[in-house]
Amino acid sequence: MQDYISSLSNTESRKFETFSYLPAMNTEQTRQQIQYIVDKGWNPSIEHTEPEHSSGSYWYMWKLPMFGETDVDAILAELENCHTAHPGNHVRLLGLDNFAQCAGASMVIYRGKTV
Amino acid sequence: MAKVYDAGVKDYRETYWMPDYSPLETDILACFKITPQDGVPREEVAAAVAAESSTGTWTTVWTDLLTDLDHYKGRCYAIEDVPGDDTCFYAFIAYPIDLFEEGSVVNIMTSLVGNVFGFKALRALRLEDIRFPIAYVMTCNGPPQGIQLERDILNKYGRPLLGCTIKPKLGLSAKNYGRACYEGLRGGLDFTKDDENVNSQPFMRWRARFDFVQEAIEKAEAETGERKGHYLNVTAPTSDEMMKRAEYAKEIGSPIIMHDYITGGWTANTQLAQWCQDNGMLLHIHRAMHAVLDRNPHHGIHFRVLTKILRLSGGDHLHSGTVVGKLEGDRDATLGWIDIMRDSFIKEDRSRGIFFDQDWGAMPGVIPVASGGIHVWHMPALVNIFGDDSCLQFGGGTLGHPWGNAAGAAANRVAVEACVEARNMGRELEKEGKDILQSAAKHSPELAIAMETWKEIKFEFDTVDKIDVAHK
Repeated sequence: MQDYISSLSNTESRKFETFSYLPAMNTEQTRQQIQYIVDKGWNPSIEHTEPEHSSGSYWYMWKLPMFGETDVDAILAELENCHTAHPGNHVRLLGLDNFAQCAGASMVIYRGKTV
Repeated sequence: MAKVYDAGVKDYRETYWMPDYSPLETDILACFKITPQDGVPREEVAAAVAAESSTGTWTTVWTDLLTDLDHYKGRCYAIEDVPGDDTCFYAFIAYPIDLFEEGSVVNIMTSLVGNVFGFKALRALRLEDIRFPIAYVMTCNGPPQGIQLERDILNKYGRPLLGCTIKPKLGLSAKNYGRACYEGLRGGLDFTKDDENVNSQPFMRWRARFDFVQEAIEKAEAETGERKGHYLNVTAPTSDEMMKRAEYAKEIGSPIIMHDYITGGWTANTQLAQWCQDNGMLLHIHRAMHAVLDRNPHHGIHFRVLTKILRLSGGDHLHSGTVVGKLEGDRDATLGWIDIMRDSFIKEDRSRGIFFDQDWGAMPGVIPVASGGIHVWHMPALVNIFGDDSCLQFGGGTLGHPWGNAAGAAANRVAVEACVEARNMGRELEKEGKDILQSAAKHSPELAIAMETWKEIKFEFDTVDKIDVAHK
């Protein structure tokens, strides 16, 4: 029998939706997720936020969504640029499906320090 | 030329069997599986079904001549063999749209599955499918929020939603019940759920349940930083009482409520769905009693029809069966009605039991809910079968975890995320499922112990209601 470790005072308990219950992805795994978004025909979009405000609907957009971008390296580089500019923030990658008018994918690539 | 009144009994087929009729785009079309009594000709019994489900009665009456019955009558326009079953046949009937009140599945079903089901010339009768023309669809309110809006409201993208029905189904006090919800939600579930027969019994009145559950949601949200909900069941003895409970759920900040649309009734459901749309509430729909109607292959109403009824009447989630769990459900047929729930246009496909093209236009979709006898080992198959726009619900598969609900919830959350991650990487879930789960379990002791607990459980009974295919 093991205790489930989670509490208001334990900042590790704070999650940030899809894939936040898995270990952080390495670069190769991230590349494959980006490839999935590109293959789906979705528009990559990068957003970031202070971890204490991560539950809101609107994070800060990092530039405009990368409409029509299919180069995995270019998307990866832009994620890194966002992370460099906002090192303490969560940085997430979305795949925007303009037909459904809804994100088809959303995942935090750089994890900030949760509070 | 005007008709002359001629009292007496006429063969139905003289009026209602019209093999040359081409259905109009605005007609409501129905496919019935008819098992006639011995010796009754197919055309006559099919015409009788058309008559008895539309304008006809057993004898001619003089008031027939005060209207243009040829405009209003149902028309049987085709008859087909049922593959692999000589006892019955399919009859296709077209009903003019003017026969039905706008926006009323109640009115349509009162005609189509009314008196006709007790008709003596029939041994059995089953409504297999209905084509609702887009002209009629546009008169219905439909799902209160729809799939995309639900994702935006709950901030959940790119994966199936995860839920859990609280057990035991009956007998917990409100505070203990809220505890079970809290533990599941803090472990990583998106939703917990009232079981269908939890309404407002003496051991737990609705208001106390709502209050404690809402506290559980709010604590779990603060703890995990994620948005959560609990399907508060507002199914009640009267629609006034139902609305009272719905209003209170909204007042305390619950994002979602729940209704049993068959036992509760379609009038109540349509009313509640409309209210949900007006009040920004999500609506989860349970389907108690459906198997009474849909399980017998020769008599009743097929579930794909009940699915269409719900999409028109309104609901954001609907239980669909799991294919892999403890409850009945043929895989191809289930995939068919999942498409009927979610897609904008569904093509006729007899291999999945779909008899008509169905155009929903801009009407939002319904999220299929897979629930009943499923656990972590089913996760790869479930993610593969249902895709992202689904809600996977593990009751015993969460609460039965040896370390409790939070650990059980975490195990399922890790498993679903691992499966989605692997699928996105191009891995084949049903083939590589074991490997995917075992790798994920290395980082999750909760998942590892869940995989040990449920490894051996299987449900392998043959399906009773199958798609009709020719004998091999």
